[in-house]
Amino acid sequence: MRAGIERQLALLDFTVASLARRKARNLGLLAVFALLVFLLASVTLFTRALRQEAAAVLAGTPEVILQRMVAGRHELVPPGYRERLGRIRGVQKVEGRLWGYYFDPVIRANYTFMVTDPAPRDGTIAIGPALARLRGLAEGGTLAFRSYAGELRAFRVAAVLPQPTELASADLVLVSEKDFRAFFAYPEGCFTDLAFSVANPQEARTVAAKLVRDLPDARAILREDSLRAYASLFDWREGLVLAMLAGALLAFGILAWDKASGLSAEERREIGILKAIGWETGDILRMKAWEGVLLCLTAFLLGYVAAYAHVFHGGAGLLEPVLKGWAVLYPRFALTPVLDGLDLLTLLLLTCVPYTAAVLVPTWRAATTDPDSVMRS
Amino acid sequence: MILQPAVLTLLLISALGVAVLLAAAPFALQVIRRWDLASGSELQLRLERRTYLFSTLVAFVMALQLAGILLFVLNADRMAVQFPGAMCAVGTLNAGRFGFGALLGQVALFFLAGMWLTLNHADSLGRDYPLVRIKYALMVGLLLPAAAAVLALQWTYFSGLRAQTLTSCCGSLFAEGAGGLPGDLAALPPGPVRAAFFGCLALAVAAAWFLRRRGGYLTGLASAAAFAATLAGITSFLSLYVYEHPHHHCPFCMLKAEFHHVGYALYVPLFLATAAGLGTAALQPFRRVPTLSAFVPALSVRLSRVAAAGFLLVLLVALGILWRSHLILS
Repeated sequence: MRAGIERQLALLDFTVASLARRKARNLGLLAVFALLVFLLASVTLFTRALRQEAAAVLAGTPEVILQRMVAGRHELVPPGYRERLGRIRGVQKVEGRLWGYYFDPVIRANYTFMVTDPAPRDGTIAIGPALARLRGLAEGGTLAFRSYAGELRAFRVAAVLPQPTELASADLVLVSEKDFRAFFAYPEGCFTDLAFSVANPQEARTVAAKLVRDLPDARAILREDSLRAYASLFDWREGLVLAMLAGALLAFGILAWDKASGLSAEERREIGILKAIGWETGDILRMKAWEGVLLCLTAFLLGYVAAYAHVFHGGAGLLEPVLKGWAVLYPRFALTPVLDGLDLLTLLLLTCVPYTAAVLVPTWRAATTDPDSVMRS
Repeated sequence: MILQPAVLTLLLISALGVAVLLAAAPFALQVIRRWDLASGSELQLRLERRTYLFSTLVAFVMALQLAGILLFVLNADRMAVQFPGAMCAVGTLNAGRFGFGALLGQVALFFLAGMWLTLNHADSLGRDYPLVRIKYALMVGLLLPAAAAVLALQWTYFSGLRAQTLTSCCGSLFAEGAGGLPGDLAALPPGPVRAAFFGCLALAVAAAWFLRRRGGYLTGLASAAAFAATLAGITSFLSLYVYEHPHHHCPFCMLKAEFHHVGYALYVPLFLATAAGLGTAALQPFRRVPTLSAFVPALSVRLSRVAAAGFLLVLLVALGILWRSHLILS
């Protein structure tokens, strides 16, 4: 056992020295390999972090949202509807929500008006950080909107929502219920939709199905479903980008094949001499395997660390537009670093397998060269 | 089909494996027909050189299969959020046709590959390549169809997967009275299963350790029995102690972080030990081959030690679970 380990260590030592003798060639390959890992790792790290953010935001949303439908369109919830809901077993904390969109022609963006509990005092609003940034507003400033009745209404900005909530609050305008109803001419007693929780979260789906049976003009949206939709969306985007990068992977495989088969005269001589002094084909193969392992792991480490820095410290500038989506009022947010075992394993296999597959045949060809034919040439 | 990096990687691995084996098939047939060590012809020299290449290639493919099983299960566990009703890998595997088929196929391929690699290693020790024909016949006749079947199963499974498919969770599949193999496993009487679990594991450790010099077949048999008994035991009673719940029989949930990934501590040594035990058995028919008779016993002993250590580790982990658990079943 010990002898076996020492043998491998000696081989490793020899391999490192042999790699160092052909610095330029190996560094070139290492750089290309590391760049490939960097690209792929940036995509996976970035989507994993986005997925995490989405899950964190959704964790704070209501468990079930009930919307009333008229001819397939979302309608206001009339008075009395809320009481019918409360009679169904398992339904808890029913809350009528008031929210709506307002298009601001100044910056050509949609705001989300919302009534929260606790709400700002009448005549004042709290606004999201992205909105404050775009309109150049701070606490104490005034913002005017044209109401649905046609007159201009000015609100005093009582607060700018804190930066850490930006992902969820970028375009938010929080108002009091009285102001909301007056501004949008919203009918008294009506709500935009109803939110509630279920006593046993595992029964949410059953309760929702029961509700829709009792209230045929309603539809229920489960938090679980939104989570699933986001997961599919990110998976799909990530898969798409990776599928596009498959071309790069193939190109890299060809490069590795080419590099491995274009043995320099010096290298051929080296192998010839090794065989002449008693190395076997198996030993040469093992040495080449160590060469591959060293190159793969170094490139992987370099690429992965660079990708980590790119995504979590450099704001993922290269990928942002594709993976994040785009909007006028786009939130600024810092991603929480996540390292995931599954992603790491996937990436390691995705990059090292094509490389190994590409260099196996050329390596074997080199290892089986006859010493006499090499030395004679 | 769900386009996902892990799915793409799994398909890449399987396709690469089949491609390599297919590329090796004509060569293997040539070896079977034309191999003649006594000849010094150009063809024979070429064949001898190529055996290095193809042995390395197949070893590479088989190492990938090992990583593939791990990735398959990890990914199935992670994808569970996309299917209503799924709570762990079971729901995902159940969400499409052949999910479990693909997993079982991969496990079978892993053990076949393990045995093939053992033979391959033994062959490389003998100076006259005594197993070269058998080795390549097994590769074309057994490994290639198995790898192709796994690829087909994986492709059918992944291409048929749709997000939002309603599926059933491990709680309903591995339930007493649910029927089918999982339900039957869960419903097995705990007493006899516990006896079989500890008995088979102890027997496998004993066979691998005490008969390491000549009991290759017995070690192989005991390893296979211990593998089956361990899987049945995990589903029937050990899972209850892991989850500290009298009715949760899932053999996959224990891979999750909530349960400290204890499943890996059971499955990894179990798979390695079984592969080593089966490898010992695979060597036995060739222990009298003249050029191998000096190497086979030593190789057998080494594999038997790995098998004994692996099964012992499974046994200790299982005892540790029982000892640490707060569940009391009366």
